Amino acid sequence: MSAGLRADQTQKGPISPARSQLRAADLVLGALLGLRARKLRTALSCLGIAIGIAAAVAVLGISASSKANLLAQLGAEANLVTVTAGQGFDGSPAPLPLTAEAMIARIPPVESVTAIGYVPGATVRRTAAVPAIDTGGISVYAAQPGLLGTLSGSVAEGTFLNAATARYPAVVLGAVAAQTLGIDRVRPDTQVYLSGQYFTVIGILRPVPLAPAIDEAALVGFPVADSLLGLGGHATQIYLRTAPDQVQPVVSVLPFTANPAQPEAVQVSLPSSILAARAAARTAYAGLFLGLGAVAVLVGAVGIANIMVISVLERRAEIGLRRALGATRWQVGLQFLTESVLLSALGGVAGVLGGAAATAGYAITSGQPTVVPLVSLAIGIAVAIGVGALAGVYPAVRAARLAPAEALRSQ
Amino acid sequence: MRPVLEITDVSKSYPGSPPVTALAAADLVIRANDRVAVLGPSGSGKTTLLHVAGTLERPSGGSVRIGGQEVSALSDAELSAVRGRRLGFVFQQFYLLDHLDAVQNVALGLLYRGGQARARRAAAADALHRVGLGHRLGHKPAQLSGGERQRVAIARAVAGHPDVVLADEPTGNLDSAAGGQIIDLLAGLAADGTAVVVITHDPAVAAAMDRRVVMRDGRIIADDGNEGTGR
Repeated sequence: MSAGLRADQTQKGPISPARSQLRAADLVLGALLGLRARKLRTALSCLGIAIGIAAAVAVLGISASSKANLLAQLGAEANLVTVTAGQGFDGSPAPLPLTAEAMIARIPPVESVTAIGYVPGATVRRTAAVPAIDTGGISVYAAQPGLLGTLSGSVAEGTFLNAATARYPAVVLGAVAAQTLGIDRVRPDTQVYLSGQYFTVIGILRPVPLAPAIDEAALVGFPVADSLLGLGGHATQIYLRTAPDQVQPVVSVLPFTANPAQPEAVQVSLPSSILAARAAARTAYAGLFLGLGAVAVLVGAVGIANIMVISVLERRAEIGLRRALGATRWQVGLQFLTESVLLSALGGVAGVLGGAAATAGYAITSGQPTVVPLVSLAIGIAVAIGVGALAGVYPAVRAARLAPAEALRSQ
Repeated sequence: MRPVLEITDVSKSYPGSPPVTALAAADLVIRANDRVAVLGPSGSGKTTLLHVAGTLERPSGGSVRIGGQEVSALSDAELSAVRGRRLGFVFQQFYLLDHLDAVQNVALGLLYRGGQARARRAAAADALHRVGLGHRLGHKPAQLSGGERQRVAIARAVAGHPDVVLADEPTGNLDSAAGGQIIDLLAGLAADGTAVVVITHDPAVAAAMDRRVVMRDGRIIADDGNEGTGR
């Protein structure tokens, strides 16, 4: 027995006893065996934590997935710039000069440029029989064949305008416009009634997130807009892509380039930054769900504290036995604390897995990339462990305070 | 023989109105190899004597020495170590953990000494062989008979080779056949130098011990073997 004495204890005298020891591995193993012995209770009591952590991880994951999806749509560079005709100082309309597009194309970092022209007063109806006031909110724009390339758009049905069809009464419908008109297929005889004459529908676009105006538009070629709709070749808006690292320099020279006579009447905007801001605003809802998750975690913590207090009451004899076998009061307390932490950590792991699965399910069904931030998994488990430790303090103290003889007498 | 457990003028009272005196001026010396039965009616202070002797409860007065060491000045942690290393306990209700098998239950008796888990398991299996349960190592308490459960509990008490085994009504929940095996087992411990103190109502247990201590109203009124207490 004296071989077990430590140097610091020998000063107390040769008969001072060795200390009780409890290895960390034994502590954790003992707690795990205890939890395994009460499977249903274990599962039910860590459910609250699991739900809370799952909600938080899913919210973060879904918002990260949406963001990743958006970034993919924007193009990683976010280098789209819009130039819009505005008003002069005196409030009169200041259309872009005919030369604007060509001038902008000469700015060296500009990679692609395309113009659209708003046709004022033009309406689109399914047939001439539809009353003229039922415009469905569809605007008519003249567009160039390069539009889709610059906007990263694509055709859902049929084809886009090309140099040939731009000269004839052919129209391409935006996604919302097609829906409004009730057209979901492009057949050779599909026509719409556009400002007094029938145009053949040659294509339907997919939604263009960077330019929502296109979704509600009917697009015709500039030549046909000139000849049949009287547009006069004026562009009202120009879309351009620049070299990704040259966006700001290009933006600074755009007003003078587009309209040297009235640079103040030119509006330059970055749709990518507007969309990014909108995405950020959407994640504000995430705060609400994170809050709900926090409430669930709190309720779960109270549940764990409750079940651990009950456990201490039920296992008084075991506590007395362990004290008789040499456990110090703090080793007994530590055992209950460890069980509480493990219980909560188990809930945390289940929650993190559930949240990741929910994110994947959402992302897959909505066609987005699955992004589960690893940091949210780590934080989820860390929160569960911290909450378990807090919830376990009171039961552990109760277990530690139980006098061994009293605990043994209780049965 | 050297004394392994010395109780001198020990009293224990519990607060209340009036205060309850569970133990009064008790003197008891247990030496290695002693086999002692503590007898007495219910409420005579037997269990309190065992708890005080086993450092599970601090006495209100008097001295308890274990292995020559006065324990009243020791901290809770030091008392725990004394229990873990020098004392073994056997209870009427066995107090086995239902979710652990026999080896794990016995190894629990060595848990708080530290050391390698493998060594503790080996010692536990060895102790189970000593109590005749070598064929029941992996059985859970629910798969064991009452007598077997108490034998597991005895194995747990002796796995660490304590100086004294303190047993509180070890046959109280057993039929006479199983109780007989337990008596033989406890009586046999002294052969290894382990002192045995058994609280019992069972005349068969008392008969199997070398020495009988009789208690009444918190006092030791008879002790047929302790030269130190003739009063």
